[in-house]
Amino acid sequence: MTHNLIPRVVSKLLIPLIILFSLYVQFHGDFGPGGGFQAGVIFSAAIILYALVFGLDVAEKIIPPYILRLIAALGVVLYAGVGLATQLLGGRYLEYGVLGETQVAGQHLGILLVELGVGLTVASVMLIIFFAFAGRGRP
Amino acid sequence: MMAIQGHLSLLLVVVPLIMAPIVAILPRARLAWFVALLVAVVCALLAGIQLWNIVNGGAISYELGGWAPPWGIEYRIDAVNAFVALIVAGITALTLPYALLSVEKEIPKQQIPFFYALFLLCLCGLLGITQTGDIFNVFVFLEISALASYGLISLGRHRQALTSAYQYLIMGTIGATFFLIGVGLIYSQTGTLNFADLAERLPAVFEHKTVHTGFAFIVIGVALKLALFPLHLWLPNAYTYAPTVVTIFLAATATKVAVYLMLRILFTIFPDNFVVNTPIFDLFIILGIAGILIASLYAIYQMDIKRLLAYSSVAQIGYMALGIGLASTAGVMATLLHLFNHALMKGALFMAVGAIIYRLGSCRMDNINGLGRVMPWTFGAVIIGGLSLVGIPGTAGFVSKWYLILAALEQQAWISVAVILVGSLLAVVYVGKIIEALYFKAALEANKSIKEAPLLLLLPTWTLALANIYFGLNTELTVGVATSAAQLLIGTIE
Repeated sequence: MTHNLIPRVVSKLLIPLIILFSLYVQFHGDFGPGGGFQAGVIFSAAIILYALVFGLDVAEKIIPPYILRLIAALGVVLYAGVGLATQLLGGRYLEYGVLGETQVAGQHLGILLVELGVGLTVASVMLIIFFAFAGRGRP
Repeated sequence: MMAIQGHLSLLLVVVPLIMAPIVAILPRARLAWFVALLVAVVCALLAGIQLWNIVNGGAISYELGGWAPPWGIEYRIDAVNAFVALIVAGITALTLPYALLSVEKEIPKQQIPFFYALFLLCLCGLLGITQTGDIFNVFVFLEISALASYGLISLGRHRQALTSAYQYLIMGTIGATFFLIGVGLIYSQTGTLNFADLAERLPAVFEHKTVHTGFAFIVIGVALKLALFPLHLWLPNAYTYAPTVVTIFLAATATKVAVYLMLRILFTIFPDNFVVNTPIFDLFIILGIAGILIASLYAIYQMDIKRLLAYSSVAQIGYMALGIGLASTAGVMATLLHLFNHALMKGALFMAVGAIIYRLGSCRMDNINGLGRVMPWTFGAVIIGGLSLVGIPGTAGFVSKWYLILAALEQQAWISVAVILVGSLLAVVYVGKIIEALYFKAALEANKSIKEAPLLLLLPTWTLALANIYFGLNTELTVGVATSAAQLLIGTIE
């Protein structure tokens, strides 16, 4: 496997940066371009790169499929749950304003949580799809 | 009080949405079923309360996220939505008790939690379409329910389930795309997506060619979804090869919601003097008539009972199209009534067919000979459902056909009257074919040892079968709600 040396070294350098960038896109999404969907796709790209270079089995050890399914479900529950929480706090569904002390703080917290839900689900669903297709024909 | 009603109407959509991912990760099949059943019962209760609130207090409006319409998404529910939402939620709550055994028989165990998750997502999408007052939101829910149903259909036992799910995927996506293109064109002319706001702004621009094009795209997109003849080609395969529970669910709800959407578009959103000046109503009458006759003829020649009933569904959609095409309060009222009654009869019939599949493994005409004597309860339900389909007095099917004929007579549409009668005669032939095989043909040797279907399958089947008779005799409730809904929709035209 020596001929894979360059991709191995380069990807080891790149993967932490890609993940860092995805976190930046995720949590800076409310100030600049970005958000949960983009961040989720970038994050999953890092894992997919890892799987391409080091093999599917190793990648599945990092994030087992059952954990992926849990995270995918968790993201949706988080999103819809924020809506329920605003209802319980006396607002309309997804009326973020009621979540914080002030209207702005509430909007900020609400959008952050909702985008986190989107990011979790998108990242894990992308990986589920990748593993499902890449894993075809395996014993 | 108003606020609480709004919250309840919203929960109708949110409860299945939030429970679907939770059901997907549940470890046990029976647990997943139980949670899904709870969700369906809660939804049915919420839908019932919603209809009660509206009948007693008028329309409900709910602003999502506190953004005022027309900028934010508004859920606007009046008697029409509430009626359709109750049909959808009620049928689902009846289907799920039935689902336990049928799904365990037809779907591999490890996939069952996913099956119920998809089922709840589909329910969420269908209920969402009925609740929302925003046309783009309709598109989103249309896709949620459609994507979920592609997945559900592909879980069928036969390999053909995959191809028929794929066929539905292609046709459904074309329909959704057409709908979206139409919405885009309308939006470019009016700058709004809210139903009420559209109705206000469209009269000013309805001479623009863009609006005409948008209207055509939207109507064709929705017609694909409701399987209006000749856009029905995805339906027979999808219904035949889907797991039985999915067939019951889709036959009784999905096309009904599409019919509701069509009514909304024709009578609420687009200005009346615009719609009347398009050939749309004539088109509906012609396609309705063609659908009734041709699909009924196709049904007669089917050898698979599920497929036979699927073609019969296409014919029944023809009746609903005919009612829309008459464009009168009586016609729309007959359509709404048939919406409800058809959900009852097809629900009962598909459930009974599911019981045959449960015991027999197939439902081909030549396999069921003489089964009527070994499974009397199952086939009692088939007979009641069949009679209702034909429209025998005393069954729900008679009531809606009666009102449809009255609506046609009111406009002296003699051809339509004749077609409704001929359609009923054709239904006698294909229902008769099933009954002949069940009771009058010599029993197959292999069928003599077959036992009656389990109680858990029979109870929901018989609930629906008895509902067919109840709503055939006591028409006060259904006719009342359908009339007030039709008056709401059409009020402005006359």
